[in-house]
Amino acid sequence: MTSNGWLQIAIFFALVVACTKPLGIFIANVMEGRGTWLSPVLRPFENLIYKLCGVRRGDDGLPAEQTWTRYAASLLAFSAFSTLLLYAMQRLQILLPFNPRGFSANTVSPDLAFNTAVSFNTNTNWQNYVPETTLSYFVQMAGLTVHNFLSAAAGLGIAMALVRGFARHSVQTIGNFWADLTRATLYILLPLSFVIALVLCSQGVIQNLNAYTAVTTLEGVKQTIAQGPVASQEAIKMLGTNGGGFFNANSAHPFENPTAFTNLLEMFLIFLIPAALTYTFGKMVRDTRQGWALFAAMTILWFAGTLTAYHFEQQGTPALRKAGIEMTATSTAASAQSGGNMEGKETRFGIANTALFATVTTDASCGAINGWHDSFTPLGGLVPLFNIQLGEVVFGGVGAGLYGMLMFAILAVFIAGLMVGRTPEYLGKKIEKKEVKMAMIAMLVLAASILFFAGASSVAEFAKNSYWNTPGPAAANTNNPGAHGLSEILYAFTSATGNNGSAFGGLNGNTVWYNLTLGFAMLIGRFMMLLPLLAIAGSLAGKKQIPVSAGTFPTHGPLFVSLLVGVVVIVGALTYFPALSLGPIVEHLML
Amino acid sequence: MLSEFKPAILITLFFTGLTGILYPLAVTGAAQTLFHRQANGSLITKEGRIIGSELIGQNFTRPEYFHPRLSAAGSGYDAANSGGTNLGPTNPALADRLTKDAAQFRRDNPDFTGPLPADAITTSASGLDPDISPANAQAQAGRVATARGTSPEAIHKLVADHTTPRQLGVLGEPVVNVLRLNLALDAQFPQKR
Repeated sequence: MTSNGWLQIAIFFALVVACTKPLGIFIANVMEGRGTWLSPVLRPFENLIYKLCGVRRGDDGLPAEQTWTRYAASLLAFSAFSTLLLYAMQRLQILLPFNPRGFSANTVSPDLAFNTAVSFNTNTNWQNYVPETTLSYFVQMAGLTVHNFLSAAAGLGIAMALVRGFARHSVQTIGNFWADLTRATLYILLPLSFVIALVLCSQGVIQNLNAYTAVTTLEGVKQTIAQGPVASQEAIKMLGTNGGGFFNANSAHPFENPTAFTNLLEMFLIFLIPAALTYTFGKMVRDTRQGWALFAAMTILWFAGTLTAYHFEQQGTPALRKAGIEMTATSTAASAQSGGNMEGKETRFGIANTALFATVTTDASCGAINGWHDSFTPLGGLVPLFNIQLGEVVFGGVGAGLYGMLMFAILAVFIAGLMVGRTPEYLGKKIEKKEVKMAMIAMLVLAASILFFAGASSVAEFAKNSYWNTPGPAAANTNNPGAHGLSEILYAFTSATGNNGSAFGGLNGNTVWYNLTLGFAMLIGRFMMLLPLLAIAGSLAGKKQIPVSAGTFPTHGPLFVSLLVGVVVIVGALTYFPALSLGPIVEHLML
Repeated sequence: MLSEFKPAILITLFFTGLTGILYPLAVTGAAQTLFHRQANGSLITKEGRIIGSELIGQNFTRPEYFHPRLSAAGSGYDAANSGGTNLGPTNPALADRLTKDAAQFRRDNPDFTGPLPADAITTSASGLDPDISPANAQAQAGRVATARGTSPEAIHKLVADHTTPRQLGVLGEPVVNVLRLNLALDAQFPQKR
């Protein structure tokens, strides 16, 4: 580890802190329908959308408030149709424009198209295909880019619905899904993405509709260079914590992430909205200290992950040392080199930036990568895996991080309530049987999905000529033997259920078995989380506000922050320690 | 629930038009105007033909050129099929490959005796890494100097001149762009054929 590495990590975090409050206020104003400096231009446009699209409006002309069940119905109808459209687009890509490579349905099998459609709709962006050899520019733009926007906007909307549940009292409604979706896209995601895309372009990210370029290299060899509208997708891929790369190598590809500056920008974008949402939350419940308490808990978990990953990646492995590779960074200008484990990492990023990126992308539900987690050291690779298993509540995905952390907050006050024998309260709302039950359902179903599918794939065997997979054990689809192979399977289902989308890239997931099981894991992970949370939101909104008394447990101080961090870590550790000990932990002991 | 399908269909189609067609085309238009070179892949031409991209690594195997990092993109430096090896840290295949490549690097660069720079025999993440570390370039300088019939000092100086420092003085790592460096080699120390 070097002082420059730590300085870069500090710069990254300082930027996140600096933007939390201003963007948090802006998001609160947008999502509550108040005027912002963009409103004079966008408000008429917004109203036109409601009118054209048949969004039901109240007497005041604004979209009608919805109960939690109606909000959920809107969400489900939207998800069902948009997933279907993306599926059709992939299968019919040969009939659509912007397809210079002539990709057809042959490159996208029905099961792969299902997996990809679900993947982008659920903000997972798991990719069982190599984009540059599979999908046309049209599908990447009109299919994938659109879902990059809308899945993030939907996540943000649901977080707002939950916060409204806390902020309101004695009402039945929690907002309007269509208004949330429209406002998040129109005022926040789209304008920011446009500016960011151009900044990325200035650094070398490509943006064109050209055919792939054929070149003859200096040594006279032919090379084909992939092209495409990358910057427009890259911007929302990071800002919306989506993470699905335009290219297979994702943010390690020089056309997606050409410089150290774009790397910093991309990491910053992952945390930008999730961090700001903690402030938005505080503002909407009229006590910004509550938001900063969540921010503090998240910061602690982020730092612990970064420190661990950076330490182990710099330390390297015995195999690297045995080959005679220098593990310590050299900083003299003439002979600088990064040291550490550089297998599967890019020279321009080095160890610090790759370890930080891996931590940030899995703290959030982004899943973009700038180096292969599969080739990380065992404990360096444990960090991204465990981050996702914690529920991606460390700033987390757009909206998803906040609602996930609020679910843990409900559990934390419940546990605190049990300890002192008092009905737990959070933000003036009694946390009762229904809320705790719903939070537990979400948590248990997610854990079951990860462990069940990973377990099944570790033991499943397929006959000769099987439709489902190549013959033999499903575990043979891994790229590495032994404990690391188990880590690859565990990581895949963790990433899918957690709607992260990053991969221990070695698993060959493009078979019917994995396309379907991973697809189901993503659906479970998204909707078995969202529906219980919307139920909680509806229940909370209907409750009365209890005034603060001497017996109220303060949820803005260090005691609550420690309790929250403790609950997150303990729930994660208790659920996953047995599986982790058979994967990365035993691999570390075998080094 | 069924009544929700009307807005679901219309809003999806509307935003497909806005964020899926208009937005990428607007970015394309702006980028092609403002950052024409970058938007089209930072391509480099020599004597009228395109010889590669500044940002995309290409393979060099001859002794008179600096060699890039190892690549697992397609069958090697396939810029239409990016990717890494995904070999895990305890995979015997990785250990064997490292031993073999370490020996190869030492054979190729007999003047170099120090510990290997971290990027010298490891595979990059994209398989298209355009850069190597300054230490890696200096380690190859002796071989290049011999092949080009010039002094190692001259090559060391050329590497130093082509070392890109950290961006803004802090960000990332110092790097040497292999294609740029090799073009400079051809210009300053041309081969006699």
